[in-house]
Amino acid sequence: MSEDIVIEARGLTKTYGRAVAVDHISFSVGRGEIFGLLGPNGAGKTTTILMLLGLTDISGGEVRVLGFDPAREPLSVKRRVGYLPDTVGFYDQLTAADNLRYTARLIGFKKAEREKRIADALDQVGLSEFAEKRVGTFSRGMRQRLGLAEILMKGAQIAILDEPTSGLDPHATAELLAIIRGFKNEGVSVLLSSHLLERVQSVCDRVALFSGGHIALMGSVADLGREVLGGGYVVDIEADGAGLAERLALIPGVSGVEKTGIGKLRLHADRDVRPEVAAEVVAMQGRLKYLGVQEPSLDAIYTRYFETRPNEEMAMKEGARHAA
Amino acid sequence: MRREGSAFQGLGVVMLKELSDHLTSIRFFVLELLVVLIALVTVYAAAQQIKDTTAEDPFLFLRLFTTSREPLPAFLFWLSLLVPVMAIGLAFDSVNGEYNRRTLSRILSQPIYRDALLFGKFLGGLVTLTIALIVLWLMVIGLGLLFVGIPPGGEEIARIFVFLAVTIVYAGVWLALSLLLSTLFRSAATAALVALGLWLFIYLLWPILAEVLAQAIVPPDPRYTALGLQTPGTVELQQILARLSPSTLFAEAVVALLDPTTRSLGPIYLSQLQGAVLGAPLPLSESMLIAWPQTVGMVATAILLFVIGYVVFQRQEVRA
Repeated sequence: MSEDIVIEARGLTKTYGRAVAVDHISFSVGRGEIFGLLGPNGAGKTTTILMLLGLTDISGGEVRVLGFDPAREPLSVKRRVGYLPDTVGFYDQLTAADNLRYTARLIGFKKAEREKRIADALDQVGLSEFAEKRVGTFSRGMRQRLGLAEILMKGAQIAILDEPTSGLDPHATAELLAIIRGFKNEGVSVLLSSHLLERVQSVCDRVALFSGGHIALMGSVADLGREVLGGGYVVDIEADGAGLAERLALIPGVSGVEKTGIGKLRLHADRDVRPEVAAEVVAMQGRLKYLGVQEPSLDAIYTRYFETRPNEEMAMKEGARHAA
Repeated sequence: MRREGSAFQGLGVVMLKELSDHLTSIRFFVLELLVVLIALVTVYAAAQQIKDTTAEDPFLFLRLFTTSREPLPAFLFWLSLLVPVMAIGLAFDSVNGEYNRRTLSRILSQPIYRDALLFGKFLGGLVTLTIALIVLWLMVIGLGLLFVGIPPGGEEIARIFVFLAVTIVYAGVWLALSLLLSTLFRSAATAALVALGLWLFIYLLWPILAEVLAQAIVPPDPRYTALGLQTPGTVELQQILARLSPSTLFAEAVVALLDPTTRSLGPIYLSQLQGAVLGAPLPLSESMLIAWPQTVGMVATAILLFVIGYVVFQRQEVRA
């Protein structure tokens, strides 16, 4: 295994009786990467995560976390991996710091180190002033942040976050995503799962789209967009100038121009043509008011993907049922 | 396949956490208060009764536990009634509570095994009960000194502490049962109700059922009945059935320990009485020998219940 791969799964499978929850999935996560497991509820994301942590038995396939087998060496895995479960719970009658102290004792940190780590972790997630407040009084966003503080305190090399943003208001989501980006800066690899595609698309380096226990699509959001949405960039322009549409259509790589409003144009191109567009407008002495490229949206990718392959999807589910 | 590391890593941490949770909980405070009040009243009543009726008894102090004064039952009765309630009260929500608070998967993602969590919870509960019972015992001894005015002898003290040990074992049985139910049922209320139902069944119903069942399986012989005697076969079966209940085992062991004249816990045959001085007390070691099978039976029950709970817990999915 390469030094830079922290999680590697090959043919990972989980069955409950006859039902297949996770069906032969393979993926790998690199060091310092933010990897998203995305998909609807019940698609097998949480089951995959529990298998990575050795918290549920693996029915088939192989998985290595930092080179350890979670089924045989769960303690080595759990010592190095931090986990934030879906709607994390704490002991409400204890303070935030006491909750972390309990975890720190379980991990086995000595007293002096424990206190320093707890103070640092709470500081990083902005909960320092609430350290001695009982968790019972915490909002959902604060609990999620406390969960992240626990991972920071642990000094984990990998953070596994299950639905970290679900049920949070936009402000709390933004705060949480900022902390998750902070993980990346410290060289911590992040594996996060979510069913809210557009919320997490901004932080993920690569994503795997889950569906019915399979990984339907995997790659960076931009790559997936090209692959699924028929490729190409969509560039919106707002500028004035006579004959602009005709001139822009001549730029190499532009496949179509449509008028979307007064002075508004939309270009379809197979590459990012913004520099050329800007140059054209300026050359025509036109006034450029807006120039933007549409980022491919995961929502669009996901919807499009399953729109185009509903039959295949059904067939896969059928096949899985028969195989089981 | 051998697992890495020790199954007991984190055991002490979990135990101390449980202990501190229990000792600071309102639930424990209420239970302990109840037991202390009952001890106060019953020991006072017993002391009055002893003063009124008993002239001379080498084991006067032991009578504090067993003497009753109408209309109040003896301390021992209350103890065998309340120890199960305390044990159930401490453990009925210990595993399913972690599920419902959604703390279980977070705790299990720390470098410990499930073994440590479950065993730590059991030990935490047991230590809590032990502390409560020791406090209770010291209180009864102190009150006895005050009310009766005679210091206990060395052997009496020894018997009282062996009795304490047996009571802790009995508490362990109910704690293991309660822990098992808290693993089986996701709802704490269901676990508590089932535990209390079992407690009522074992405590009240089973002795009656044992008699009925024994008479149904081995009908009494009319020849014995005509003489006003019990049929040996029926009595033996009844005793075997009754001893399936930990309450019976506890009651029998305690009788042997607190009443030194107890020579046997089963039916006595004439051959066993040859050369015996009736009413003469046995030494402590002999009494302990009589109580030994009952005590071992209770330890075995506790271990069995814990192991079933352990197996269920190991196979359970952690996701809520």
